[in-house]
Amino acid sequence: MDRVVAAVEDKDVKFVGPEFAGHTWKREINVRDFIQNNVTPYFGDEAFLAPATKRSLSLWDTVSKLMAEERAKKGTLDMDTEIIATITSHNPGYIKKDDEQIVGLQTDKPLKRALMVFGGIKIAEKACEAYGYKVSPKVHDIFTHYRKTHNDGVFDGYTDAIRKARSAHILTGLPDGYGRGRIIGDYRRVALYGIDRLVEDRKIQAATLEHNINEETIRLREELAEQIRALGELKQMAASYGFDISKPAQNAKEAVQWTYFGYLAAVKEQNGAAMSLGRVSTFLDIYIERDIKAGILTEEEAQEMIDHFVMKLRMVRFARTPEYNNLFSGDPVWVTESIGGMGVDGRTLVTKTSFRFLHTLTNLGPAPEPNLTVLWSERLPEAFKKYCAHMSITTSSIQYENDDLMRAYWGDDYGIACCVSAMRIGKQMQFFGARANLAKALLYAINGGRDENSGKQIGPSFTPITADVLSYDEVMPRFDQMMTYLAGVYMDALNVIHYMHDKYCYERIEMALHDRDILRTMACGIAGLSIAADSLSAIKYAKVKVQRDERGLAVGFDIEGEFPCYGNNDDRVDSIAVDLVERFMKKLKNLKTYRNAMPTQSILTITSNVVYGKNTGSTPDGRKAGEPFAPGANPMHGRDKKGALASLSSVAKLPYEYSQDGISNTFSIIPGALGKTNHGRKDNLAGLIDGYFQSGGHHLNVNVFDRETLLDAMDHPEKYPQLTIRVSGYAVNFIKLTREQQLDVVNRTFHHNV
Amino acid sequence: MKVGSACLLSACSLAERLVAVLSAGNVEGYVHSVETGGAVDGPGLRFVVFLSGCHLRCLYCHNPDTWHMKDAKKTDVGHLLNEINLYAHYLKRTGGGVTATGGEPLSQPDFVAALFQGCKALGLHTALDTNGYLGENASQALLDATDLVMLDIKDFRPEPYKKLTGVELAPTLRFAERLSEMGKTTWLRYVLVPGYTDDLNSITELAAYAAKLKMAKVEVLPFHKMGEPKWEAMKLPYVLKDTQPPSAELVSHVKEIFVSHGLKTV
Repeated sequence: MDRVVAAVEDKDVKFVGPEFAGHTWKREINVRDFIQNNVTPYFGDEAFLAPATKRSLSLWDTVSKLMAEERAKKGTLDMDTEIIATITSHNPGYIKKDDEQIVGLQTDKPLKRALMVFGGIKIAEKACEAYGYKVSPKVHDIFTHYRKTHNDGVFDGYTDAIRKARSAHILTGLPDGYGRGRIIGDYRRVALYGIDRLVEDRKIQAATLEHNINEETIRLREELAEQIRALGELKQMAASYGFDISKPAQNAKEAVQWTYFGYLAAVKEQNGAAMSLGRVSTFLDIYIERDIKAGILTEEEAQEMIDHFVMKLRMVRFARTPEYNNLFSGDPVWVTESIGGMGVDGRTLVTKTSFRFLHTLTNLGPAPEPNLTVLWSERLPEAFKKYCAHMSITTSSIQYENDDLMRAYWGDDYGIACCVSAMRIGKQMQFFGARANLAKALLYAINGGRDENSGKQIGPSFTPITADVLSYDEVMPRFDQMMTYLAGVYMDALNVIHYMHDKYCYERIEMALHDRDILRTMACGIAGLSIAADSLSAIKYAKVKVQRDERGLAVGFDIEGEFPCYGNNDDRVDSIAVDLVERFMKKLKNLKTYRNAMPTQSILTITSNVVYGKNTGSTPDGRKAGEPFAPGANPMHGRDKKGALASLSSVAKLPYEYSQDGISNTFSIIPGALGKTNHGRKDNLAGLIDGYFQSGGHHLNVNVFDRETLLDAMDHPEKYPQLTIRVSGYAVNFIKLTREQQLDVVNRTFHHNV
Repeated sequence: MKVGSACLLSACSLAERLVAVLSAGNVEGYVHSVETGGAVDGPGLRFVVFLSGCHLRCLYCHNPDTWHMKDAKKTDVGHLLNEINLYAHYLKRTGGGVTATGGEPLSQPDFVAALFQGCKALGLHTALDTNGYLGENASQALLDATDLVMLDIKDFRPEPYKKLTGVELAPTLRFAERLSEMGKTTWLRYVLVPGYTDDLNSITELAAYAAKLKMAKVEVLPFHKMGEPKWEAMKLPYVLKDTQPPSAELVSHVKEIFVSHGLKTV
């Protein structure tokens, strides 16, 4: 491959950017091809990294003070109650204009939350009221009398069965009252091509839709028109900050700024549950490497740019309701950035900028955002592996996902949306679907479809189990039937939600940064996997007696004898967990989806394991009514008794093939247990991650701290403004969690041995 | 797509096959419990086997539940090796392996010998964590299959040793010298208990002794009370109730004594 060719030989090619190698990406929108032709893999260690500049420290100090003020005001510094947020709705905002190397805020002031109403006016009003603000009467009037929202649409479409399932919490956390998010625009396209080229590409695509005008093409034509409009507004927004982004970025600083403008446009307009960034670090490295070689950029300047970019990403805020915060605690945004990984040609995609992104945790201190996600391969450069391990040990701010596993499915230019959802950048999106409560479904199987709390008939009316002692052979077929019902009502709900979201709250700028024809997944999920598996194990291997109340509902269980628990690498119960994952996925696959999306499934709860547990009665595994579930795919805390490797091995058995939206595992270990020396700890942690992924594990959150630190932080939050911990698929400021969530984290298994 | 499962399966049958060739056959032993990951009992990540049975009654013992052999479950070595093999890929890539501890592993020498021979056949590093009192039980075959001995010398003065542990010091020293003569890699472990084992003169003598025997490393382990609840559960009197962990200064001072004799410490 000729890497010096810069002149464009093909006369049809319209690329007018800086000199870089490759041809295909100049002819068509193809960021991956650009990366493959120009990436400089880096095999060295972290010694080259530069400390924060004075300017960065002073800027971060200002931001930290604003964040402290925000915490003091119950978590919200300021809210807009007048201006309906769009890409261009606000005047430019700054922190300290002269110091900022990368500019742009969501509103006109730092940490001021925008008013986003297209998801639902009532929700926007509730979010404001929770913090003592009131949406202006004019906006209220418009969105009550003249303009319908996503939320209104959803409830017009919901069936009686969906409403029942929702109110009984067998389906919970559905994105019907908040933005679905989990769509990653390919923000790199803004830097690589400039807006004009992207608009032109959109117009050419629209021009092919002149015939066969049916529902599908009409929708596509309308969407393309919206996308073109949004691109124009993005250009206008950048111009208000003094930048002309109609043409490609010419240098590293412009590349960072252009890319950020793309992302900023998205978070100015969409309050999505997860607003992830994609995979920008190695892309940006190409510009940085070029400028450093040309002598026009120093390492200090390069790091400063990344530090300032990351500072902005740490400042993204949305107005959210208390209900939302209960599901997803700690004000997360999921500005997920995917770092590292390997190319399909065997070269690593680790670059110096992979290090520079992680280094922000040193320069600016630990933080939950951006959600730094290392795409881990056994073949990653050893020095990078050790650096990651070191940063995990010192900051607990990184999550790891198995690139060797995912590359086979999604290629080498995918990114992670939210926590664990892989998607090819710019070529794939998902319809986010929260999750169904598998543990509750098991209780419905025992209680003939009646809810154990309310006593109402929610599921189909089967004959309840009346025996005093539960038998596996009697419970399992009914559970299977109940799962069929659950999958059906669940998919119905998601089809309604995403139909309406497309209609009333369409993500025009994010979709403008996708190909026209993309893969859509319908991302379903399950909660309570370990509870359901352990319950079935108890029924099978011990004696489970039912306590029934006066309504005849099973509300308690007495267990005699021992039973194997998920989390001990015991196939007797692990195989039950595997079976449940496969069984539910097969049911989802049979269902018709909106826009022919491909059904997938995740085993992820975020922090909603607490809410799910609260709404679920006592279960046959001995868990009492109201107690939290284990998060994600984790074994129930305290039940994984054979040490860390056995616990990891159980989770690694869950098949990714049947859970392509991700399998989340959160791992906490005390520092001393990783080894006696710093060097040994790094090696051991890197080896542990290698081993887990070699066993087929998909995702690992790594926390390295002791319980005492958390207990102290609960009592003295002021001492720990930046204490960051990994929960299910994301990181939070520990002190921003509700007390209930904090206790749930404190009670989890802390491995005292690896 | 399980990257490693195929090789694990084939290696499992290897573990079964190797039991057949073990010199002592498929020996049974009393295994109190296993920990599928440890990083503080030898190099790298380790599979730690807690064997039950111990002749010592150390006042600070943190595993008194492993004193009596028959309290534990009888396990055959082939079964245990199969289990270990499930984690071989974790252990190997960190230079780790298997550690036998307890209890006192040398109270079941045939089982440990078979276990370690099996581990060597699986390509795993082996470490024996022992107080040395039953060193004479360690056959040449056992020591041949042992890569590292972590020898716990509780005190270097015979009388205080006896008070602390209930047994004589001499057998442990004889074992230490035997290991030195055969050139076996040995780490010294020394639990630092304020008021009991903090006599600096005897620590200095121990350091000179360890240096003479060319011990590869010294681990100074600060006393902790993690075992206390177990004593309470077993309704045994815990004499060290009021003893506090040593100060950081004392720990680093003791380490310096070992370092000044040319020994490595952690």
